[in-house]
Formats: sequence, structure tokens, C-alpha cells
Amino acid sequence: MSKDGSLSDDKTPGGGPIQAVADWVADLGGVVTDWLVGLGSVALFAFRTILWLTTRMVRRETLIPSFYQIGVLSLPVVALTGTFIGIILAVQAYGQFHLLGMESRLGAVINLSLVRELGPVLAATMLAGRVGSAMAAELGTMRVTEQIDALSSMGANPIQYLVVPRFLGCLLLIPALTIMADFMGVVGGALYSVYLLNIDWHHYLKHSQNYVRGFDIFAGVFKSLFFGGAISLISCYHGFHCDPGAEGVGRAATTAFVYSFVAILLLDVVLAIGLESVYLAFWPEGPKLF
Amino acid sequence: MVKPNKDTSTQESLIRVEQLSVEFGQHEVLHDIDLAIIRGETLAIIGESGCGKTVLLKTIIGLLHPTRGSVMFDGHDMARLGERALTRERIRFGFVFQQAALFDSMTIAQNLAFPLRQHTQKSATEIEEIVVARLTEVGLPESARFKKPAELSGGMRKRVGLARALALEPEVVLYDEPTTGLDPIMSDVINELILETRRRHLVTSVIVTHDMKSAQKLADRIVMLYPLARLQEGEPQILFDGTPADLEQCRDRRVTQFVHGEAGERLREMQNGL
Repeated sequence: MSKDGSLSDDKTPGGGPIQAVADWVADLGGVVTDWLVGLGSVALFAFRTILWLTTRMVRRETLIPSFYQIGVLSLPVVALTGTFIGIILAVQAYGQFHLLGMESRLGAVINLSLVRELGPVLAATMLAGRVGSAMAAELGTMRVTEQIDALSSMGANPIQYLVVPRFLGCLLLIPALTIMADFMGVVGGALYSVYLLNIDWHHYLKHSQNYVRGFDIFAGVFKSLFFGGAISLISCYHGFHCDPGAEGVGRAATTAFVYSFVAILLLDVVLAIGLESVYLAFWPEGPKLF
Repeated sequence: MVKPNKDTSTQESLIRVEQLSVEFGQHEVLHDIDLAIIRGETLAIIGESGCGKTVLLKTIIGLLHPTRGSVMFDGHDMARLGERALTRERIRFGFVFQQAALFDSMTIAQNLAFPLRQHTQKSATEIEEIVVARLTEVGLPESARFKKPAELSGGMRKRVGLARALALEPEVVLYDEPTTGLDPIMSDVINELILETRRRHLVTSVIVTHDMKSAQKLADRIVMLYPLARLQEGEPQILFDGTPADLEQCRDRRVTQFVHGEAGERLREMQNGL
């Protein structure tokens, strides 16, 4: 305690084990409180974005550049990643399936993995890396150079003008990117399996058709909607709350990607469990690969 | 503190800053500021870097929120207005930012047209005419409208920033260090443009600056803010409030030091790590 009776900020060692535990609990409490405040702040930001989305029409001149940046320019990189992942799955799974003499079922495992997990998660990861960090850096620079203040001073709401088009772009175009990643992965895996691993084309297709359900494709695309929403909100939030200077902008871009990636994986776990429960409720016999 | 020789109580004040305090976390930047800005006057706010001049300017337009106290603009408390009402009041202001804050993804013409597209129903042709007229007013060629802000010099960007702030013919123009970082000739060009703006439209201007030449040339009234950390206990943060002529007569050493640009004891303090 200091003279005026307030607790001192300086924690000196040697206060005994009880004091050490108390300090540790206080530090942990501080970290948890900061984390909760941050989470609340992102939630409030998301709420304000959705409020603006539902109350005002989005201007065409802000929407089209966002759609172009998010959708059109991401397409080649997503297609390329999808193709390679399809081929890699074929390469990795072939050895194991060959040992069991079940290589003709390769199509089922490649395509099921692609449409349920790898397609949506990879498309989202590419979007977070290519678009999310760029959005955070762009909005961060706008914050640092007072362009966001300039928007407000001219009576334009920055969330409506800057965040809503990016949110809509990510939300509406990530399903298309996911379908592209799925398609290219399916094509890449099939071509590699049939032409290089010499698996019978007819069996490859038949097993794929038997085991990949419409619900699997739907589940993958449905999950991607959440990934797209999370990427745009997290990235725009970090851009808006960017620290001053080049270092602040760099940190905003990195943090946006890291948190987006964590959010993608976290949402993937929750949604995978939820969607599986939904599937089992409608089709209680469950999915069977073999 | 030197009191203004104008009797502000008898004149209509357009902006009233009442017991305003602004804090960022634990750090207090403005404390108990009282200021009345009369319709049509040009007020210069001077003071050293970090004393809260820009914070005061941004609080007036509602970009920052007061921790205590209020900013009344034409009878409205800016911090208590809803989104629509705040927008309605904000477009009565023009804000000239220190680094111009032009949207760098847009051309100069798009920058100038932005407030017109947001808040008027004018056709594209009418907007284009206004854009050209505004550019001409600030002495920029018509061809500049196709350029991006990054292609312009600092002085040209500031002039575009001024033209954009005036696009909606605001009642109040807030200038944040309009001449900082410019050469002496370009500084005087900006000063002349500010004077010209005042002659053309009846505007109330608030100019934040530490350029004494600009303050003396432009202001009807000068207010000097002082950093809170350097004030004595109980001293008001506004060290001086009066006309440019009063400023010359002021005997407060802190004011004269600033006006004449003398380091005085500050250099010694810095060397001693204070």
C-alpha cells in the first residue's frame, strides 16, 4: 500500500506465496477482462454493420469495387490452391488405400474431404490472407491518415461506407469461391487418380457419386458463409482500430489474418458438429464410407 | 488569463464549449475548457504540439466525445445527437485536415464530388461544374481533377482539401494546421485562400495553428492553450484569449515565449530529461 492508501502498481517480489498467487490471479483476470472487452467490441462492431446493412441501401459505386477485389481477383489463387489440394489428397491417400486394395474408392475420400472441409476452409484461408489482411491494411491506413475522420466529418458513416460493402462482398462471394475450390480440387484429384495412378475412371466416379451427398456440398458452402462474414468483420475491425504509424498498420494486417484464421477453425469445429447433428436427425442411419 | 475585449455575451455565439474535458484512458488532454465562438468570427487556437488543439477541433465537430462537459452548436449538444441529426449538423461544417485526408483511392474530382453526391440531388453535370469551379477557386488547373492525390504536391493536396471542405458551402470551417509542412510562399497562398473564402461566404472559422504569422494575419481573436501537465494547480488551460493586438501586449512569459518562438528554460528541462 502506498501512503495514500491506494494499492501500488509495482509488484515487488518477496510478498509471500499468497501474494504471488493473488498477483497471478489478478494478471489472469486482467487478460480475461481485456479479451472479453475485445470480444464485446467486435460483437458491437458486427451489430452496427448488420444494422447499417438492414437500414440503408448500399451504394453501387462502393459495392462493385469490393466485389471485384474480393471475388474476381481471388478466383485464380483459390482455383490453383483447390487443384493442388485435390492432387495432394490423391497422392497421400493412394498409398494407404492401395495397401488395403481399395484404391478404387479413392474418389469417395478425396471428394468428401474436399467438399466438406478442405474446399471451404482453404477458400476461407486464402480469402483471409489475400483480402482480409489487405482490408485491414487499407482501412488502417485510412484511419492513420484521417481519411475515416474525413468521411465522418462529411456526414458519411464509415461503417456504412467502408465496412458494409466489404462484409457483403465476403459474405456473398465466398460460396462462389468455395464452389470453385471444390470443383478444381475434384478435377485435380480425379485427373491425377485416373491418368497417373491408373484408377479405373468408372469406379472412381461411381464411388464418388455413392458417398458424396448433396448435404455434404451444402454443408461446405453453408459453413463458408460464416467464414466470409467472420473474415470481413474481424479484418475491418482491426483496420478501424489500428494503432498509429506504419507499425500499427502492419500489426493490424497481421492480427486480422491470425484472428480470422482462428475464427475459421473455431467456427469450423462448431459448425461441423452442428451440421452433423442436423444430418443425423434427418438421416439417422448416418454416413457410411465403406 | 487575458480576457477577450469583445463582450461575447451580447453577441450570438454559434459554438459554445462548456466545461469540456477530454481524456484518453488515464490521460487527460483537455480540462474544463470554456469557449464561445461568435457567428462570423475567425478564431485561431494556438499552442505547442500536444496541448490538445486538434482534440478540441475534433470534439467540436463530434469526431471525439467529451469525457465531461459539452459542445453546443447552434443550440444542439453535439455528443447527444442521433446519427441523422449529427449528419445534418456536420454538413454545416467543413473540416480541413492537417494532411488533407483526401481519399487516395479516388481521383481529385471524385474527392471533391464526394460530399455533393452524399448530400445533394445534383446531376452529374452540375456536380462536375461545381468541381471545376472549386478547383479554380483554389488555383488548381482543370486537368488536376483526373489525378490521384498521390500525384499532387503537399500544397496542392492542401488546396484540394480546402476545396472539398468548402464544397457544400458550410457555415463553419475548421482548419487543422493548414500551413504546417508548407514552404513560406505556399503557406501565404493558403492564408490568402482562407481570407478569400471568408470574403466570399460569411463563414465562421476556427483555425488551429502554431504558425504565428498565419494566426496574426487571419484571426479576429486568438486563444492559446497550454499543455495540462505544465500548468500550475488550479490554473485554466486557456492561457490567453484576446485579439492579435492584445497578444502583442501580453506579459505572460509562457505566451511571449510561444509567440516569439523562444525555447527558454524548455531546452534545459529537456536536457535534464524532464
